[in-house]
Amino acid sequence: MAGAVAAVLGLLLLLGSPGASTGPPRDSLREELLLSPLPSGDLAATFQFRARWDSELHREGVSHYRLFPKALGQLISKYLVRELHLSLTQGFWRTRTWGQPYLQAPAGAELWVWFQDSVTDVDKAWKELSNILSGIFCASLNFIDSTNTVTPTASFKPLGLANVTDHHLLRYAVLPREVVCTENLTPWKKLLPCGSKAGLAVLLKAERLFHSSYHSQAVHIRPICRDASCLSVSWELRQTLTVVFDTFSIGQGKRDWSLFKMFSRTITEACPLASESKIYVDISSKTQENELLEVTPLPLSVHEASVQGDRRTYAVYDLLSPSLFNVSRSLNVQLKWKRPQDSLDLSTPVLHAQRYVSGYGLQTGEISTLIYNTHPYRAFPVILLETVPWYLRLYVHTLVITTKGKENKPSYIHYQPAQDRRRPHLLEMLIQLPANSVTKITIQFERALLKWTEYTPDPNHGFYVSPSVLSALVPSVIAMKAEDAEQSPLFTSLFPSSDGSSYFVRLYTEPLLVNLPTPDFSMPYNVICLTCTVVAVCYGSFYNLLTRTFHVEEPSRGGLAKRLANIIRKVRGVPPL
Amino acid sequence: MGLLSDPYRRRALSRLILRLNTPLCILSYLAGLGWFLGLASPPFTLRSYMSENAMGSTMVEEQFVFGERALSYAREFAGHKKKVGGIPVAWLEKTMWNLGLEVYKQPFSRTLPFPDEMRERYMVKGTNVYGILRAPRAASTESLVLSVPCSTGQHNNQAVGLMLALASYFRGQIYWAKDIIFLVNEHDLIGMEAWLEAYHDVNVTEVLSSGMLGRAGAIQAAVSLELSSDVITSFDVAVEGLNGQLPNLDLVNLFYAFCQKNGLLCTIQGKLQRTDWDTLPAYVHSLQTLLLMVLKQGSGRPQGDHGLFLRYHIEAITVRGINSFRQYKYDMGTVGKTLEGMFRKLNNLLERLHQSYFFYLLPSLARFVSIGVYMPAFGFLILILVLKALDLWMKLSKCDAGPEEQLCDGDQGAAHAAAEESRPGLLILVPPLLICHATGLTLYFLPVLGQHLATQHFPVSESEAVVLTVIAIYVAGLALPHNTHRVLTGCGSERGWMTLKLLSLLYLAMLLGCIALINFSLGFLLAVTMVPVAAIVQPKGPKYLYAVLLVLVTPAATLLLSIVLYQELIEYPVSALECWQLFLQAVSEGLLDHYLYGSIVFPFIALFVYPCWLLLWNVLFWK
Repeated sequence: MAGAVAAVLGLLLLLGSPGASTGPPRDSLREELLLSPLPSGDLAATFQFRARWDSELHREGVSHYRLFPKALGQLISKYLVRELHLSLTQGFWRTRTWGQPYLQAPAGAELWVWFQDSVTDVDKAWKELSNILSGIFCASLNFIDSTNTVTPTASFKPLGLANVTDHHLLRYAVLPREVVCTENLTPWKKLLPCGSKAGLAVLLKAERLFHSSYHSQAVHIRPICRDASCLSVSWELRQTLTVVFDTFSIGQGKRDWSLFKMFSRTITEACPLASESKIYVDISSKTQENELLEVTPLPLSVHEASVQGDRRTYAVYDLLSPSLFNVSRSLNVQLKWKRPQDSLDLSTPVLHAQRYVSGYGLQTGEISTLIYNTHPYRAFPVILLETVPWYLRLYVHTLVITTKGKENKPSYIHYQPAQDRRRPHLLEMLIQLPANSVTKITIQFERALLKWTEYTPDPNHGFYVSPSVLSALVPSVIAMKAEDAEQSPLFTSLFPSSDGSSYFVRLYTEPLLVNLPTPDFSMPYNVICLTCTVVAVCYGSFYNLLTRTFHVEEPSRGGLAKRLANIIRKVRGVPPL
Repeated sequence: MGLLSDPYRRRALSRLILRLNTPLCILSYLAGLGWFLGLASPPFTLRSYMSENAMGSTMVEEQFVFGERALSYAREFAGHKKKVGGIPVAWLEKTMWNLGLEVYKQPFSRTLPFPDEMRERYMVKGTNVYGILRAPRAASTESLVLSVPCSTGQHNNQAVGLMLALASYFRGQIYWAKDIIFLVNEHDLIGMEAWLEAYHDVNVTEVLSSGMLGRAGAIQAAVSLELSSDVITSFDVAVEGLNGQLPNLDLVNLFYAFCQKNGLLCTIQGKLQRTDWDTLPAYVHSLQTLLLMVLKQGSGRPQGDHGLFLRYHIEAITVRGINSFRQYKYDMGTVGKTLEGMFRKLNNLLERLHQSYFFYLLPSLARFVSIGVYMPAFGFLILILVLKALDLWMKLSKCDAGPEEQLCDGDQGAAHAAAEESRPGLLILVPPLLICHATGLTLYFLPVLGQHLATQHFPVSESEAVVLTVIAIYVAGLALPHNTHRVLTGCGSERGWMTLKLLSLLYLAMLLGCIALINFSLGFLLAVTMVPVAAIVQPKGPKYLYAVLLVLVTPAATLLLSIVLYQELIEYPVSALECWQLFLQAVSEGLLDHYLYGSIVFPFIALFVYPCWLLLWNVLFWK
């Protein structure tokens, strides 16, 4: 009985949402899975769930939530958030071998928030917001404080609808040490309207997701135009999850994969609440004539898009189309390589970067960043954001930027020096990257000696320096046609593209691990004892020796006999002995 | 301290030091020597233990089964190496790529300051090939290194094979938390130095190398593997690194623990430890091991590729497979398991290895002598210099104070005479100091700078020219006192040589004290020879006996002596001629170590110890 009711309800919902005559639905859900084989042979799976809500969260006293999670909605209205981007990542996207990511995130936790201009105390709102998010996502976001928060001026622009670009309303923080695991995944899954019960989310099995090379989950909230005329605002929540599977170790050397092999699940239905549910498989190959790969089951349609300066072909499986589950009850997308690929030289992406600490010893060091522009003929500028904790004392006069052996003067520099125990260094630069070049940016630092209570519990592990952020409009090799944001696949539409000739890329470099001079913490007692002894025994005596003048004191009185003799002499009037 | 502020007691103390000086010095020397010899016996040695919790309690079950595959890789590698006549870069790259590693190569070149005749190299060009196993879900902040030197000839092929087999096994595992770098370095130490410098983007020596593409964060630990046979009978571990630096004792313990676990025989300095610990032969055995370690450490040479890692605060050891005439042989599977276990435990590390000792001596693998225990031996030797210096100081200050205060013990006539003599002050010390150090500078710079001039005028090769110039300058220094004598004008007083001796004793004490903190063995070897002679040398008395003694304790003679001792200890005695050959070789290698890897032994001897010794020589020939 109950089942029947649920089925009828589901049917009603399905029928009701697109067919309502009163106008577009107040909220909608789109879900999407993109499977793309990477140049190295690994497989990246990107899930995107987009909930869109045509409601003014800030104005009205909204109380009825349907698809949009209430926890986040209330957060937005309470703290007057304009945009919120949170990512939790375990691992590092290796741009050089995996190619340009659709949505990269730095290792650890990253949070950046634009507040409304009506917020009076941004720092307070930021502090409270990060603490609440920490509770919602079971992450240590409460460790975000003034020592790791910065206000970038140029790197992070609002992604949604905004006419405010006053960067004082922006806060950005990265926690590179944050370890992401199932306890973060579960609350993230709970935000989905279907949970992990139906639709694409059934694939999100923690055991498999964390048996991978890279795991990144994110939440992006932003205001968008409600329609083409853009007279009113809708709110968009994008939940994205990217996993990179190491096909090499799973397949024992073979790089074939299937949904079941990756997730140990297959898909049986779409999420009943979703208005769109699709799986895209990247089947574009570099050489057109020989088809390297084979996908089963045969896709119903093929979508061609220009993504990140490259023309790509996607096989599309629409889970809402009834013909898909006609043949078999479940969908298990499989891909087979027809030939083993054994090319050593991978096609390197146009923009990639590498960062490392150079030098040795515990006094000084150097942070070096290498930025590669492999575009054959186009130069383009890139914005570099470096956040360095205060205990690495940067020497800005040692900042050297060289390209092809010549000095490269940045056209814009914003530097905010650190304050001890209060705020980190912030360095933002706009650097022009000539075509086909490597740009090396070095800056020297000195390692500070911390107070002994400031060391982390495992101080000899080292201290993390958060990744630097590269933002660039990369010129594309082919002409891209602008697509309607509502129609195109979700993975292409988060970052705005300015025109057809370039596309936006944000890259993060690897976090750094720096050792600071560390005392031997097993020794305080010995040290205290030794110091006290030295001070007590040696210092006093040496001080005496050095400051006093000594002279030999004549013995004033001799023995008893001498004294008696002297008395007698005195009586006799003779000078004493 | 109250002793010093009381003038009576102070006087008594100074009298005591003056009167008992010689017996105290002799006692102190004997105590120092005795202490050192006692280091190999039980009360001084502790049983070694694992300090690092992350490596201690966690159990690791090794499952490496690719022993056969290692051998087939080794054979394939040997074939390709023979074909190419060097490191088969392309084959290694392809193989590592097929194993699923990120592969990079690093070409480098280095022109030696003078040709190395022993290894026949002058302009070295080579390529290092390395593959990085990226740990899943880690951000490449930490890494471990397994390095294998690719040397010419048939050496080390099995090590490359085993490394590749380990790489292919490790690639399939999911528990890695740190990236692992598999490195094949060409031209052993030069390649290693080039790779390390490129990795850390520094240029300490003059290696030219291209920039590096692949990095994997901060290297936590490294193991260098040398293996030249299909089966082994035992493992030997080398710990001594550049300038006598040692890896953390926990790394050595880790190696020992896994050898024990897999039932492998393991040796240090090529010596197997004895089970009986309390007997005299066992004591002699461990003393030999200890002495070998002291000699190797004192040389300041890296005893394997691991030695260069230590500068970058990366704990590293070299593991050598030995195939000798023993009954039990171990195959690649067992060897691989041992390495697998070590890497898995290193992978478990949360922090850098820091818990255990960095300064130690090893009389055997299971026992160690910590710095607190061996330092007194050195302290006793330095005490002699301090006592002698005090003695001289008091004698000098008494004469300063003059005879009228009646403090001078010596006869008044002599004191009067001394007082009446012109008092040249400290100025007279400047010429000998300057000249001695100038000689030192010549010794340091001239041999390498003047090698071409020498080869033009004499029928010798460059490296011979360098070594012979070193020896010539060294010996020429002995003629100096006769020349400095001419420079000095108002010298010749009793006070003059005493001041000079006081100065050189304190200088020697400071030098030895400093070097002992960096490299105990070098400091001790120098101290045990130089200190007694430095203490007794004076221009009066049996002058020629003193001269002979002083020549016998010059650093060069110490080197010669050490070579003889070393050859005796490794049970490979040499004749006088061979010994001389080895001596020449050691000199040229000492120079090369300095120029190629930055060893400080040669500059330390040439710029400081030798001038100091010349000062003593000056004292002896003071007129």
